[in-house]
Amino acid sequence: MLDGSKMAIIETRALTKTFGKIQAVRGIDLKIEKGEIFGLLGPNGAGKTTTIGMLCTIVKPTSGTAVIDGHDIVKEPGDVRRSVGIVFQDPTLDTVLTGRENLILHSMLYGVPSDMRDKRIDEILELVDLKDRADDITRTYSGGMRRRLELARGLLHRPAVLFLDEPTLGLDPQTRARTWEYIKRMAQNEKTTVVLTTHYMEEAEQVCDRVGIIDHGQIIALDAPEKLKQAMGGYMVVLRVKDPPLETIRGLPYVSEVKEVDGTLEIAMKEAHLHLPDLLSKVPNVECVETRVPTLNDVFIKLTGRDIREEETEDSGGWVEAAHRYTQRGS
Amino acid sequence: MPGGRFRKELLGTYAVWWRELKVFQREKSRVVSSVASPLMWLFLFGGGVGSAISLGGGSYQSFIYPGVLVMAVLFSSVFFGLYIVWDRKLDVLKAVLVAPVSRVSIFFGKVLGGCTDVMIQAVLLSCFAVLFPGINLWMIPVALGICFITSIAMVSLGLAIGSMFESLEGFQVISTFLVFPLFFLSGALYPVGDNLPGWLQALVRLNPLTYSVDGVRGALLGLNTFPIWADVGAITFFGVLMILLGTWLFSRMK
Repeated sequence: MLDGSKMAIIETRALTKTFGKIQAVRGIDLKIEKGEIFGLLGPNGAGKTTTIGMLCTIVKPTSGTAVIDGHDIVKEPGDVRRSVGIVFQDPTLDTVLTGRENLILHSMLYGVPSDMRDKRIDEILELVDLKDRADDITRTYSGGMRRRLELARGLLHRPAVLFLDEPTLGLDPQTRARTWEYIKRMAQNEKTTVVLTTHYMEEAEQVCDRVGIIDHGQIIALDAPEKLKQAMGGYMVVLRVKDPPLETIRGLPYVSEVKEVDGTLEIAMKEAHLHLPDLLSKVPNVECVETRVPTLNDVFIKLTGRDIREEETEDSGGWVEAAHRYTQRGS
Repeated sequence: MPGGRFRKELLGTYAVWWRELKVFQREKSRVVSSVASPLMWLFLFGGGVGSAISLGGGSYQSFIYPGVLVMAVLFSSVFFGLYIVWDRKLDVLKAVLVAPVSRVSIFFGKVLGGCTDVMIQAVLLSCFAVLFPGINLWMIPVALGICFITSIAMVSLGLAIGSMFESLEGFQVISTFLVFPLFFLSGALYPVGDNLPGWLQALVRLNPLTYSVDGVRGALLGLNTFPIWADVGAITFFGVLMILLGTWLFSRMK
């Protein structure tokens, strides 16, 4: 739980959004601490983007509110906008302008004093390693460079909170890893609180201090990734086996969770090194055994009964299209 | 601090204007084509028709020169405004719209950007006035002033329509049923006196652009149907209406 001595930079109170009959966000109460990297994780359509939209004052809450850096998102949207930076899911750079011009435009829109502007722009360009490409038209940038420039733009006016909506969407795996490095580095350098959404669970694990898992518009788990994984029971044992004696396995005292996927059993258990022989003696005809540490995705499966990656393939229209647009614009 | 806030809004307007100027600088070919098409009207159309008829005691080309100037202003302005549909499609506007600057300030930045664009074209076109006999070159600044008011009105109209559309499919419809009628019914190519049939006369008088053409023609050739102050008044009134409509629709735009 949140330590009372730490300061909450964001506090939502029963934040709710309904679109017609669809309840996109159902009364979220959430405190985010100053200086942390907080990840909002969940499948597509879970309400991540809508939540971020409300916090950035782009979407009006149906009910409830939130306070960001002392400003109410419903009553003082102007002040909230000044104290947050946003990087959208889809790229929003002005591709007719150069990298530097994009930043100049942004600094004017956010009222960055002109005597500080050039110094600040140089500083932030340095941070994202784009100084030598700053005066090129951004149309010529690669996907990764564009993302970095957007990160720089989001931080230019020294916001208290930086929101990143799926910051690595549409990037290739290598660029994704580098982008996360930049995000970490910038959050540290600028001492900014970062709130991000992603459905790449593994990536979130490595970057986030705390994560909130969101499903059907509700936060269903909230803690440090390590603690969430520990709560799974320590280890995951994966068995490939014909006709598994499910009931027997479930009855074992050290087993906390069993899930069957296409003839494969995923068993969450404590101290696998001690209990594995016992488990194997009770399950006949095991073809294959694998042990691993649980991932956030396992946590998600336990909590929702579904695999976040299954959801992706079913409901991928939005992000595949977005990714397609990203690459298309690069050409 | 309301003073500081007002300055920030002005800076926001300036930022959007500055962006439009950068775009204009990079897309110079657009200037060439937007000047080329009115020149074709003047020389290819005007030259042909002018060989058969003369109007107002002077050449037909001199007569349509003010009309073609206003036509260039009309087309460039409305299409500049409509271009916002494209900006939204490419999400270029998204980052601008979440900035702590009011929609009204952003709207005025766009209008100023469009007007600058259009006025550069108008100034280029006004250089060709020396080729046509009967045009009072000293009155060109007055003509450009009327063009400027017209441009504000028409960019606002374009932005107003553009903020209602989400796709570019409406473009053809708008140009067929709005821009071309405005042009043909403005008296750009023919005099709007009592010789017109009643129905056409009525439509022409309802068209705000008629007063722009009449004003510019009055200034340059002295061939105005209405007093110039009335022309300026009518087009200014229309401009104020369009700014109100445009800021309202722009503020509601998602």
